Amino acid sequence: MVSATETRNAPIEGKVISVNGPIVKAVGLTGVKMFDIAEVGPDGLIGEVIRLLGPVALIQVYEDNTGLKPGDKVISEGRPLSVLLGPGLIANIYDGIQRPLVGISEQCGSYIEKGVKLSALDVQKQWTFTPSAKPGDEVAEGQIIGEIEETPLVVHRVLIPPGVFGRLEDIVETGPRTIEDVIYTVQTKTGLYEGKLAGYWPVRVARPVRSKKKPFIPLMTGQRIIDTFFPIARGGTAAIPGGFGTGKTMTQHALAKWCNADIIIYIGCGERGNEMTDVLTEFPKLVDERNGRPLIERTVMIANTSNMPVPAREVSIYTGVTIAEFYRDMGYSVAVMADSTSRWAEALRELSSRLGDMPAEEGFPPYLATRLAEFYERAGLVETLSGAAGDISIIGAVSPPGGDFSEPVTQHTSRFVRCFWALDKTLADARHYPSISWVDSYTEYLNDIEGWWRELDEQWLAIRNEVMNILLEDHRLQQLVKLVGADALPMFQQFTLHVAEMIKNAFLQQNSFDPIDKYCSPEKQLKLLKVILALYERGGVLVKAGLTLKDITDLPSLSEMVRLKSEIPNNETNRIDEYRERLLGELESLKEQVLGV
Amino acid sequence: MCCEIEYTNIGGISGPLVFVEGVRGVGLGEIVEIRDGKSLRIGQTLEVDEDRAVVQVFEGTSGLAVKGMRVSFVGRSLEIPVDRAMLGRVFDGLGRPSDGYPQVVTNRRMNVNGLPVNPWSREYPRDFIQTGISAIDGMNTLIRGQKLPIFSGSGMPHNLIAAQIARQAMILSEEEEFTVIFAAMGVKFDVARFFIDSLEESGVLTHSAIFLSLADAPSIERLITPKVALTLAEHLAFDEGMHVLVILTDMTNYCESLRELSSSRGEIPSRKGYPGYLYSDLASIYERAGRLKGFDGSITQMPILTMPSDDISHPVPDLTGYITEGQIVLERELFNKGIYPPIAGLPSLSRLMKDGIGEGRTRTDHAQVAAQLFASYAKVKRIRSLAAIVGEEELSDLDKIYLEFGNSFEEEFLSQGENENRTIEETLEKGWRMLSILPQEELYRVRREDIDRYYIPSSDGGD
Repeated sequence: MVSATETRNAPIEGKVISVNGPIVKAVGLTGVKMFDIAEVGPDGLIGEVIRLLGPVALIQVYEDNTGLKPGDKVISEGRPLSVLLGPGLIANIYDGIQRPLVGISEQCGSYIEKGVKLSALDVQKQWTFTPSAKPGDEVAEGQIIGEIEETPLVVHRVLIPPGVFGRLEDIVETGPRTIEDVIYTVQTKTGLYEGKLAGYWPVRVARPVRSKKKPFIPLMTGQRIIDTFFPIARGGTAAIPGGFGTGKTMTQHALAKWCNADIIIYIGCGERGNEMTDVLTEFPKLVDERNGRPLIERTVMIANTSNMPVPAREVSIYTGVTIAEFYRDMGYSVAVMADSTSRWAEALRELSSRLGDMPAEEGFPPYLATRLAEFYERAGLVETLSGAAGDISIIGAVSPPGGDFSEPVTQHTSRFVRCFWALDKTLADARHYPSISWVDSYTEYLNDIEGWWRELDEQWLAIRNEVMNILLEDHRLQQLVKLVGADALPMFQQFTLHVAEMIKNAFLQQNSFDPIDKYCSPEKQLKLLKVILALYERGGVLVKAGLTLKDITDLPSLSEMVRLKSEIPNNETNRIDEYRERLLGELESLKEQVLGV
Repeated sequence: MCCEIEYTNIGGISGPLVFVEGVRGVGLGEIVEIRDGKSLRIGQTLEVDEDRAVVQVFEGTSGLAVKGMRVSFVGRSLEIPVDRAMLGRVFDGLGRPSDGYPQVVTNRRMNVNGLPVNPWSREYPRDFIQTGISAIDGMNTLIRGQKLPIFSGSGMPHNLIAAQIARQAMILSEEEEFTVIFAAMGVKFDVARFFIDSLEESGVLTHSAIFLSLADAPSIERLITPKVALTLAEHLAFDEGMHVLVILTDMTNYCESLRELSSSRGEIPSRKGYPGYLYSDLASIYERAGRLKGFDGSITQMPILTMPSDDISHPVPDLTGYITEGQIVLERELFNKGIYPPIAGLPSLSRLMKDGIGEGRTRTDHAQVAAQLFASYAKVKRIRSLAAIVGEEELSDLDKIYLEFGNSFEEEFLSQGENENRTIEETLEKGWRMLSILPQEELYRVRREDIDRYYIPSSDGGD
């Protein structure tokens, strides 16, 4: 059982016998276990034991190891690679092995030098701890025994760590505490346990829960194509595959900004440095509409950009998801954005190739699928050890080479996620964002979350499906249009094409830089859908009765439809109803004019 | 130091690699000096075991013999001297002077491999660079500190465009210093000569440094050339506060050298024989662009690469596009129409554009005009493919207007002279003139107030 405090074993010392890129072979590490941490060479570079072959241990080093020599010493304390979990994670930015990037920059300037050792959490910061349990209480693992205001948005609940049961002997009064202070003691069967505000947890081990549940609440993102057409549930998994320039990162950013999870873990895994800087400069300024606080106050960032050491990229997604589990256990809804899982898979490939593993498809190791499955399995809606509900949604970007979805990472990922937001190059080229294809994308959560939408409108699923059918009909007709031109089609089909065009421009296309359009509330989404459907149904009747498409497109209010999304704010959606009434009125009078006479 | 020890026990030579036996205490990435009687070659260790080192020789191994070779290990990574006195000079691919003048005298030496920039220490790039080319300024704006590659094909005028950008973007202002660093990897002498002449004619050569590893130089040398050039760039930008534009040509050659090295090490290849770490390796070059908090200077990178058979999904452009902040794609169809610069309307992209334009930077309507031009031009492409089947006569009137818009867009907006330097105002004004060909109702990406202000109501587009 893993204990919350760090158990320090006697260090074992060995020596390097060979160096091949980030993979180091060492001998003399008797008794070292798989996935134990080792400090390598004179700089004490952080590494992890990834293979044990007789007397030889293979270590992957998480830092630049240029200059490392055979004969250099290796020290292991027999502790697995872990993250430090406690107050102060929020609004912080870490590298793949949870070193604080702000601290690194204070210590060594603009560049990341090797061998830097810094605590992931501020050990001097005083947190105001308020106990909610009292001495003499029987406590069990996962139980909340006190609170800290971590940020104005996040109440940090202090939990009894997994594996600890017994009688609370002592607990401190309300007051300022650091993460190193002992704040409570528990008399367990095996002895006295001293509890602190922070503790370690091994990154490759999922934190325990009481049970997993079926997700049923949608994760609202404010992005119309996602919420309405391809929703993801809280506790669900989604993938965003797309070639370069299709807007994966923009979509991830939009979700990180506007989705209604309590905590966001943003993992920049092998991506551009400037993109992380963008998040870092933008999130403190962006204000969450629901509570008026900066978005950074609910965000933890892991940045292992493409030029940072490759092995740390491999571990960065585990670091991120372990932090997510920590907040889930407090009863929060957490969303993890991993951008991009392809870079993680490539790190896996690079390391496995240096180990001389026999490759499977395209050089990737045969265990790629297993690793992907394990990662996505850490998502879910759960009953925590304390009985509360908490959830983790994982949204992974995938960067298929050449935009070809048949490559191994996309293929394996699609087996383990239930929501697939396929990005389309032609949409992106036309600057139609988000460039999520309505033909190739799918979601399996539609029925799970229908109940939530029903509260808003009984007919939600029917409306959604009808609009979706117009889009699919349009997709079919476009094949014909390519051959004969739109004018050769029957009038009703031309009308369908026109309505589909309206859906694309007035609904699907969303400008994440527009102050109003960037976030669309569920109510507004529904009302916009109803406007489009009103046009389709009433207009369709008129067209079938002999009116031309031009009669309809000449309606004065029609050209306004495309601007509703960016001109009507979320709190004035009654203006959409007014517009709809006006449109219906015009259609009605058109009917009287043309057909009545 | 260990420089005193010379090893002569060579286990073998394979491609650019030399296997040295019996070595002790040699580190990874250490510089190696190889002497075979008369010549001195430089190499680097790629792999070290207890008694063996694998050395990559930058100058290539041709002429080396197992017997008679003397190898010594310097005990540090490759460093080059850096100084602003290097401006106006020409160097070889390893950073040694090749213009006949002596080595620059300086105490400052920097490791060519650089260190990864802490993402926290980056400053998000926002300053617009006016290149004077409408297709770039108007629709794919270049930002100071951006890495924006040119994806080209053989025979297309990527060099002309890069030279035009270098000339026109280098307008000297009083407070700020600009400089161009040009690194050639495996290109022909005439390409290098063209750049040098072009920089000389416009008078910026004295503010430029040139690194040449031409097609006849050993291919392994190319792996170091961009790193050497970027090391000088980092010194000039962050020690001297200059704005540096680094042009790297041709990255496809660089990647081919990497493939050659990888294959002689017997590594498992991924796509098209390129090593699995091509992405990380390219990132270690491209990510050395940007701005840093607390520093005045910047590094803007413009890598040029030729796409084999114009295939944008080839691993080199593909992985580049995943790292760089957009791409300028040259299109053969436009090139064949005689349009210069043949910058493809749709696949080109500048990711940093959104924050570098608009009010107070370029003009308030810039983003919307660009979005509208992209959207309308995308429609033109669809109508053209339809017209190819049904014939232009069969198109609707609106579609015909779109075709007219498309042609004017290509011939007047995209197209311009090799020495034509348009201001951003001129570019946007041209953009509105193109949009005014279309009926107002078709302009749904621009704001109404901008239509009122800039749209030219006469139906013939204003001329």
